[in-house]
Amino acid sequence: MSELEELTRVLPMVGAEPNILDDEEIAHVVGQGHHILSRRSVPGLQLDVKETPEAIVGKMTIQAGVTIARPIHMCFGLAHPTGSQRIQIDVFVEERATARLLSHCLFPVATAAEHRMQATIAIGSGASLTYTEGHYHGPHGGMLVLPHATVKIGKGARYFSDFSLLSGSVGSLDIDYLVEVEEDGIAELTAKIFAHRTDRITLKETVMLRGERSRGLIKTRVVLEDEARAEITGITEAHARGARGHVDCMEIVQGRAQASAIPIVRVFHPEAKVTHEAAIGSVDKKEMETLMARGLTPEQAVELIVSGILR
Amino acid sequence: MILPLLEIRDLTFVVGEQKILDRLDLAIHPREIHALLGANGSGKTTLAYLLMGCDGYVPTSGTVMFKGADLLSLRMFERAKLGLTLSWQEPARFEGITIREYLTLGRSGSNPEPMLVQVGLDPDRYLNRRVDKALSGGERHRIELASVLSMKPTLAILDEPAAGIDMLSINHIINVIRTLKDNGGAVLLITHQEEVAAIADSASQLCNGRIVFSGDPAHVIEHYRGRTCVRCDGEACGYVRA
Repeated sequence: MSELEELTRVLPMVGAEPNILDDEEIAHVVGQGHHILSRRSVPGLQLDVKETPEAIVGKMTIQAGVTIARPIHMCFGLAHPTGSQRIQIDVFVEERATARLLSHCLFPVATAAEHRMQATIAIGSGASLTYTEGHYHGPHGGMLVLPHATVKIGKGARYFSDFSLLSGSVGSLDIDYLVEVEEDGIAELTAKIFAHRTDRITLKETVMLRGERSRGLIKTRVVLEDEARAEITGITEAHARGARGHVDCMEIVQGRAQASAIPIVRVFHPEAKVTHEAAIGSVDKKEMETLMARGLTPEQAVELIVSGILR
Repeated sequence: MILPLLEIRDLTFVVGEQKILDRLDLAIHPREIHALLGANGSGKTTLAYLLMGCDGYVPTSGTVMFKGADLLSLRMFERAKLGLTLSWQEPARFEGITIREYLTLGRSGSNPEPMLVQVGLDPDRYLNRRVDKALSGGERHRIELASVLSMKPTLAILDEPAAGIDMLSINHIINVIRTLKDNGGAVLLITHQEEVAAIADSASQLCNGRIVFSGDPAHVIEHYRGRTCVRCDGEACGYVRA
């Protein structure tokens, strides 16, 4: 099996189909280690990616006023048990442009490997970017995964991100996102993680509401089982009149897992407001009992509640 | 002679020094709607939780037979599989679970639309919504009732099923209760609302953990309205004998 086939065969695990790579209307980049295996651009998208010995380095520009109708797919991963991958990518969504970017991070057989992603994203005035990052890891754990990004959201621009790690065992995951929002901009960051075995999860998301009437939401859902550990930090700062932010973190802990949540809210303007809620604990008793009163066993009830939280 | 579907005898539940339920006796027959009235704190919801087997609700003494089985020896989901279910006064919210899923729990492939229509909700608008905080209290109550309907239970315990329901929609709730009976089930109807209690076949008034009056719903409602307890000491309902 080729490296390309090895990676794309597990695309369904992150909700994508392998045949997206054959569709000429869908832009994509596929990288294994530091090799680019496949790429395609579409009108309105400038895609410059190159291989270096240390990293895949790229720049992606969605041109002003353009709406890219179909999602742009980035598939990065390792087709081997060991190895290292570094991705350095800059994304520019120019004024009034709209795009959806799906990032598939695929490590089906990795046992001792490293994946680092360093991204900068700039979204121009009135533009919109929906960024979805799905991770698939095999059952082995043993990886070090470091997705780091800085995002600048321009006036009236919108940014929606959705990170998910829902199957397999990752090893160590350390996410660090910093988002800055200008006047009338919107940032919504969602992360859903199901950690198993001895996984170690560190998630730090920071939203800086710099502009007037800017909006920010950090929503995190983490389920831990076995001996997994997680530390979740959601930071929102509001610096301008009418800025509104909210941090919402829920962690479900099962087995001998441990979790901590640190919501940090700071307000630097009297007409700004930031709220937060955090809940850590076992599966809610009332939810459990409601489902058991409909005939579900305790195990079935837990499975359904957890699957709902991670949707 | 028709044997009771549910037979409660001498049921007592003590928490610390306080008797929440005190030697309570109650029988509900197949296809009977039995209304249970009582002031706040009289023990109605506690009885519901004890019957369903909620966590922490284990009777101090007494017996409960349901369909000939010792109900108290069964786990919660086993009671449900036997045909007993409970609709909570304040139903739980579920993140991510759709109303369609919630109404087909354990019965994938069944059609949930008629249940929603019955509680007065448009399936096109509601089936793909989530059973979460975005629903109003009244909507959540109706979905809870639709969920109970979809189970076709032998005995449904409905704890304040019309709480938060607007006056114009009360008839939907009453129709659901009647449908439960038409489907062959019985209902233990815990309510403060007289127009809802009035549809019952029989009723009881609970006060201070004891059944103090039983009989025809109209009489029990009148009795409850007059706060004329026979055995109660007045602590729970506020009634003080002259």
